[in-house]
Amino acid sequence: MAVDQLAPAARPPLFYDPRVRAIFFQVLVLGLVVLGAAYLVQNTLSNLARQGIASGFGFLDTTAGFSISMSLIQYSEESSYGRAFLVGLVNTLLVSGIGVFFATLLGFLIGVARLSRNWLVAKMATVYIEILRNIPLLLQLFFWYFAVLRALPSPRDSVALFGSFFLNNRGLSSPSPIFEPGFSSVIVAFVIAILGAVLVARWARKRQEATGDQFPSFWAGTGVIVALPLLAAIFTGFPLSWDYPELRGFNFVGGMVLIPEFVALVVALSTYTAAFIAEIVRAGIMSVSHGQTEAAFALGLRRGPTLRLVIIPQALRVIIPPLTSQYLNLTKNSSLAAAIAYPDIVLVFAGTVLMQTGQAVEIIAITMGCYLVISLLISGFMNWYNQKMALVER
Amino acid sequence: MSEQGQSYETGQHPDLPAPVTTTGIIGWFRQNLFATVPNAVLTVLAALFLLWFIPPIIDWAFIDADWSGDTREACTREGACWVFIKFWFRQLMYGRYPVEELWRINLAYVIAVVAGILLFVPGLRGKPWIGLFLLVGFPIIAFFLFVGGSFGLPEIETPLWGGLFLTLVISAVGIVASLPIGVVLALGRRSSMPVVRALCITFIELWRGVPLITVLFMASVMFPLFLPEGMNFDKLIRALLGVMFFSSAYMAEVVRGGLQALPKGQYEAAQALGLNYWKMMGLVILAQALKMVIPGIVNTFIGLFKDTTLVLIIGLFDFLGMIQLAGTNPDWLGFAIEGYVFAAFGFWIFCFSMSRYSQHLEKKLHTGH
Repeated sequence: MAVDQLAPAARPPLFYDPRVRAIFFQVLVLGLVVLGAAYLVQNTLSNLARQGIASGFGFLDTTAGFSISMSLIQYSEESSYGRAFLVGLVNTLLVSGIGVFFATLLGFLIGVARLSRNWLVAKMATVYIEILRNIPLLLQLFFWYFAVLRALPSPRDSVALFGSFFLNNRGLSSPSPIFEPGFSSVIVAFVIAILGAVLVARWARKRQEATGDQFPSFWAGTGVIVALPLLAAIFTGFPLSWDYPELRGFNFVGGMVLIPEFVALVVALSTYTAAFIAEIVRAGIMSVSHGQTEAAFALGLRRGPTLRLVIIPQALRVIIPPLTSQYLNLTKNSSLAAAIAYPDIVLVFAGTVLMQTGQAVEIIAITMGCYLVISLLISGFMNWYNQKMALVER
Repeated sequence: MSEQGQSYETGQHPDLPAPVTTTGIIGWFRQNLFATVPNAVLTVLAALFLLWFIPPIIDWAFIDADWSGDTREACTREGACWVFIKFWFRQLMYGRYPVEELWRINLAYVIAVVAGILLFVPGLRGKPWIGLFLLVGFPIIAFFLFVGGSFGLPEIETPLWGGLFLTLVISAVGIVASLPIGVVLALGRRSSMPVVRALCITFIELWRGVPLITVLFMASVMFPLFLPEGMNFDKLIRALLGVMFFSSAYMAEVVRGGLQALPKGQYEAAQALGLNYWKMMGLVILAQALKMVIPGIVNTFIGLFKDTTLVLIIGLFDFLGMIQLAGTNPDWLGFAIEGYVFAAFGFWIFCFSMSRYSQHLEKKLHTGH
């Protein structure tokens, strides 16, 4: 045969094969990381042994021996470190939850105000946003705590709000509810009413889809939710009374007291985050093009239904993702509590407990783990919501 | 059609001026403040609120304020006592840095400002070199200037550093260090190698998921445990490391945004030209992606600048820390508000101008449709 045998294609050297390179590189990186981690662990262990610090999570059962100025769950000086951790965690969640509520309220209000056709109102909203979001949160927190709440008068000359709330330098005294025996039936009635309202709304929507007839399910639902617990309360003879704070001697007795640290933290967190939420709301509303409004008007919808059925659902799609990340920021920022001694998880656990036990590694790991779990939960929710709300395209 | 006794042919009526109520200042007021009844009510309420809110503040800050004097006794009037700020000014700016060595800080400021201004002169050549100098050369010069101990400069220990100077040092180090780390992390997160990607995602999400305070706590109590016996870091360096990790995770996400925004065609075109990975990234992808995310980088910097105040919790006295320290000085008790207002003003100037700059950049760089 005259035809030369085709030489097999020259294989490139192994080193130039992308797959081999990738594996080699990954093994190298992994090896370096493992080596580095091992070095740090080795150092840590020898340091701990040298300083005589115990390790492990046994300390969580040890008696704490310090008191905490505010706790929603049962806690005393005889409680364990684990209990103190729970108190801190609950306090963090409480302050974040309330902060989120007020920040959302204020943020939506200011965001809408900034879009107002009233020049004065729009400018005031702009000034609020530009001032609040360009000043560090810690500074605002110090301002509210040291310059405003600490400077309030003593309980004797406290500022009375609505007759039964008293603001003074020991905090905010407010009436506290007292639940009497029959109260559980009111709660049961409330739960049943909500379930009923949801069912009515579902039935109404199905009927509207099938026949086109509308049913005032919103008003019906509201009526049921108000009326049923009210009826239950009347039958059981109003099993709820209020304990009003009273000035006795130098301080208030009765009612409940919100400590000034808590008030300062809620005010600072919600006013600061509201400035960011306002911008998000504004961007969301502006992202819905004006053509949508015109189209809705052309279909014969009035202003109210246009907003409710056309503008808001589309704006929410833009608003929700950054809004959740603001909620997340607020939760993380609540750790600034440590600076004004509000007993949150950082102050109680990463502060006092760490100081007493010295077990830095475990304590910092648990604290960071808590925040990490919270943020993973919130971002998980956000992804789920995004997928649900994403535009379904052909 | 007779109007006021005059009649015109159809279509011959001369143009009338717009009604007085829709033009000029009256028209503006009607349209923007009193368009409808609820709107008018809102305007009146807002104006009343401003009248109630603003004059007392002006009285306090300017009219009734004490401006001159050097001691607490000079503050006799009702309003603000700016003497407090005047008395503590040097500490607020430089901390406890020795007076005779302050020129070192000021010299560094001058170098930075001059280089910064040169960067903005339009049409000047060699701007990349100036940028490179600011990112690489300047930090080295500043390090030798601030720390001292060589070139005949006496050493200044970091516990003496403080005030606005420390705030600037921490935020500048945070930003300069986090840029390269953030770019590497972002590339790693988009890498096709699973191990590298997993490591980068873990690192980024770990730091982004926790508050800066816990990072600083960790830096101050856990870093010493990580080091071999006898070796120890300065408190400032530990805080800087914490800030660096934290901000590089945020920076990585900003850069990733830019990488994702680039169309796939750019990658494919670069590969078709035969560029290898690093050349493709450096010459084609990052060159465009980084330009796109400059506003995001500036925003990260603003966030970092505000967050540096947290270092006071681990016992470093930055700008806000110095204000707290001055306010709790037994000779100067009771002037907390003046201190906070001054600090707020200082931070506000920095952050507001940076955010304006980032908005300006966003407009300038918006070269699309």
